[in-house]
Amino acid sequence: MDKAIKILKKPLTMTLIAVFFGFIVAGIILAAAGYPPVHSLSVLFDGVFSSPKHISNVIIKSTPIILTGIGVAFAFKTGLFNIGAEGQFIMGCVASTVVGILFDFPPVIQIPLVVLAGVAAGALYGGIAGFLKAKFGIHEVLTSIMLNWIALYFSNYICTLNRFHKPDTIGTYPINRSGYTMILGNYKTTEAGKAALAQNEFLRSTVLKTDVNVGIIIAVILAVFIWFLLYKTAKGFELRAVGFNKSAAEFSGIYVNRNILHSMLISGAICGLAASLYITGNSPHGIATLAAFENTGFNGLSVCLIAASSPIGCIFAGLLFGGLIYGGQSLQYEVGAPSEIINIVIGVIVFFVALTRIIPPLVDRFSKGGKKHA
Amino acid sequence: MLNSLMLFVGITLMYSTPLVFAALGGVVSERSGVTNIGIEGMMTIGAVTGATVGYYSGSAWVGFFAAGLAGGVIALLHAFASITCKADQTISGIAINLIGPGVALFVCRLLFDGATMSLPVPHKIPKVFGSLNSKAFQNLNVDVTVVIAFVLAVFIWFFLYKTKWGLHIRAVGEHPAAADTMGLNVYKIRYICVLVSGILAGLGGASMTLAIIPQFTPTAISGQGFIALAAVIFGKWTPHGAYAACLLFGAAQALTVTLGGGRFAVPSSILAMLPYLITILILILFVGKSSAPKASGQPYEKDAR
Repeated sequence: MDKAIKILKKPLTMTLIAVFFGFIVAGIILAAAGYPPVHSLSVLFDGVFSSPKHISNVIIKSTPIILTGIGVAFAFKTGLFNIGAEGQFIMGCVASTVVGILFDFPPVIQIPLVVLAGVAAGALYGGIAGFLKAKFGIHEVLTSIMLNWIALYFSNYICTLNRFHKPDTIGTYPINRSGYTMILGNYKTTEAGKAALAQNEFLRSTVLKTDVNVGIIIAVILAVFIWFLLYKTAKGFELRAVGFNKSAAEFSGIYVNRNILHSMLISGAICGLAASLYITGNSPHGIATLAAFENTGFNGLSVCLIAASSPIGCIFAGLLFGGLIYGGQSLQYEVGAPSEIINIVIGVIVFFVALTRIIPPLVDRFSKGGKKHA
Repeated sequence: MLNSLMLFVGITLMYSTPLVFAALGGVVSERSGVTNIGIEGMMTIGAVTGATVGYYSGSAWVGFFAAGLAGGVIALLHAFASITCKADQTISGIAINLIGPGVALFVCRLLFDGATMSLPVPHKIPKVFGSLNSKAFQNLNVDVTVVIAFVLAVFIWFFLYKTKWGLHIRAVGEHPAAADTMGLNVYKIRYICVLVSGILAGLGGASMTLAIIPQFTPTAISGQGFIALAAVIFGKWTPHGAYAACLLFGAAQALTVTLGGGRFAVPSSILAMLPYLITILILILFVGKSSAPKASGQPYEKDAR
């Protein structure tokens, strides 16, 4: 009994319950719309797991949202709601693209340079919201919403400039090849490389056919690093103290405003990193004119919520999210069900994540009540 | 000169109206102590319902009311999560923002042969002066929804500050425990307020797809819900403040429209940033710290101390 209670109170259990309900609701909606629910969901799973190529693509799709998820989670720990992840991601993309096109150093210099440009742009952009909050007390949600739109139009402006605009497209030129971060990226384009990789079935489908890149490795390292920073260092303690109780933190000698600024700088930097790794690792290696937000940052928000703001949890939540989006394409392709069902699934999962947070107190009440009667 | 001034006023009113509906809803909900970050999702549901019902029934008004109803229904989800289940209201709101557009596009594809755009409605919501043909006042011949939004703003201000029910709502949002002690039903009042907020967001969405453009498109509602949310905070959680914030935002949009058209050598994407830049600037210069209703965002636990 006690063991069951313990398991029920684990955050992971809550999340799994939420995911389970997400699929149940999706099945009901699919059935109501006249699609076979069990078959549809199995097509969805096949679309993710049926071949190494699919798994590889899911990982590639998940990498940016894992990273933006970690960024949002970091701010959350300091009590800040970084709805501006979207804008920080866009600005990171812009900076990486611009620097990647303007300069052409050897990869050892070029890659760090392009990545740093993205990180710096994201950090600065997040820092604006943090600064306005710390200095003038303006709600970070308010400034972030405005900054997201400014980023979108700024990105579109860059797309129109002659130096960057690729004729007959709505986007920019790709960055110089020296900035690419695909695994075996250059080797893949040589005849010898193509032949060698094609011999092995696994390598052929995972490496040769996809944009597999170093992003996921960096995302995992970063998740561990952020966890360490938050829970094992004095700075992490300060940041979390501000998140838990501002007045108590202030009283114990922690500079609240400075930590708010730092938190937004770091959160923005992580979103900028997501952007630069996206630009260097995925074709078309540049930016395109945006008609609306592409939601990489907003999806990070959902990833962070599903992961209960745990940096490590963001890896798994991000993979789940990426898998759903990628698998949703085959759902539309093979069953004909609108792929928007995936957004509904994700929404329902997030909704149940909100609901399942009430399970621990309920379990407590239940177990206490039981003991009283015993 | 007079003509471009009227054009400016007309566009301001046009842009701000969907925002006004949604922001007023946000004010009502926040004032009762429930954060509603899901306005965007509720607006999208309203937008698709309005356009679809308007198309099939042939009447814009039927569509308009159906949109309010649909917004209310999805708001009940938020109310159930945040009031009954005491869930985190931000998370629940974000869930609504994911579910809303998902459901909207899903329904649209089912009803309109796989297209993400609905067919145009036969009749849009009428203009204030009907089919007036005077050149001078053409730009001021705004949609009836503009007037409805204004009347609603006045009504909600009156209701919140001059009636006892309004006092009840504000009490529940500031100090639910004290309100409970006075015999008010906190849960019931919050449920009603969230419901109203959903209805208004739905109407806001429909005022986009039934008056401004005659159909639902995937980008019909793209960020208005968040701008409305910003207007609520900007307007310091008051109906008149939120209304003014929406007008200001509409005016900034109108400015970019009237400045555009190639008269100045400013790229259009730079001009498009203006409303957002102006808003941030005004926030820095005039607003400063804004304080939410005390109990906003916190679930009410009856027996908690």
